[in-house]
Amino acid sequence: MNQTTMELKGDREIVIERTFNGPAHIVFDAWTRPELVARWWAPEGRATMVSCEADVRVGGRYRYHLRHAHGDFAFAGEYLEVTPPSRVVYTEIYEPTASGTKPGDVAITVTVTFSERGGQTHVVSHSQCPTPQVRDAIIASGMEAGMRETMDQLEMLVESLASA
Amino acid sequence: MLETFAALAEPNRLRIVELLRAGPASVNDIGGRLQLNQPQVSKHLRVLKESGLVDVEPRAQQRLYELRAQPLRAMHEWLERYRQLWDARFEALDHVIEDLKRSESGRGKRKARARR
Repeated sequence: MNQTTMELKGDREIVIERTFNGPAHIVFDAWTRPELVARWWAPEGRATMVSCEADVRVGGRYRYHLRHAHGDFAFAGEYLEVTPPSRVVYTEIYEPTASGTKPGDVAITVTVTFSERGGQTHVVSHSQCPTPQVRDAIIASGMEAGMRETMDQLEMLVESLASA
Repeated sequence: MLETFAALAEPNRLRIVELLRAGPASVNDIGGRLQLNQPQVSKHLRVLKESGLVDVEPRAQQRLYELRAQPLRAMHEWLERYRQLWDARFEALDHVIEDLKRSESGRGKRKARARR
């Protein structure tokens, strides 16, 4: 079982690392090609992918539109660097209600590197946030997703007890 | 949460927190162990106290500073949720990678057969 590690650097960076059992060209495709992203970006049980579009080239844009029990949200941005199979750099804007990006939205910059060794690929995703507040908000969004999941489970439990 | 992060982002304050994990200590103890002067240590302790990371406890003739576990636990839990989100995504990504590997090796075999 490969371990996902997460580290905070300084007051505005998040670094997530994981090793995958496959060569870099496959992991790079799975990370970037929209029809493949649609299969993993929305974690099972928490959200579903409504639409997933990506024009994977420098200056191209992407948008992942997701839905969970309490509404829609989206991630969108632009590719700044595309170097298969070793590196991709893009901006990321979080749309809490999937209402589209607006001028003045705060974008973070995500740099993802893929290093292949012995048939495995080590991936490092490095998010650079413009302010510490933005980094907090991103981490809080994960907290929110986790709490919602817990709340849904609690609701199900309450319902099953009520109907028993 | 921002306050906890801000307090820990300063390297000397992080060192103080690490030192206090071993148990309560006075300003002089801390200064001596970390080679910092007393006003510096006091300044850092004030920030740590304001963020709720340390408490001060008067004991005999001195004031002892001790770590409060709650904000650190809350921060850990908060980070852990975000890590778990990615962990869940990556498990699904593992399946995508397995499928791609299978279809690639399938294509390879077909090509090999075609060559024969």
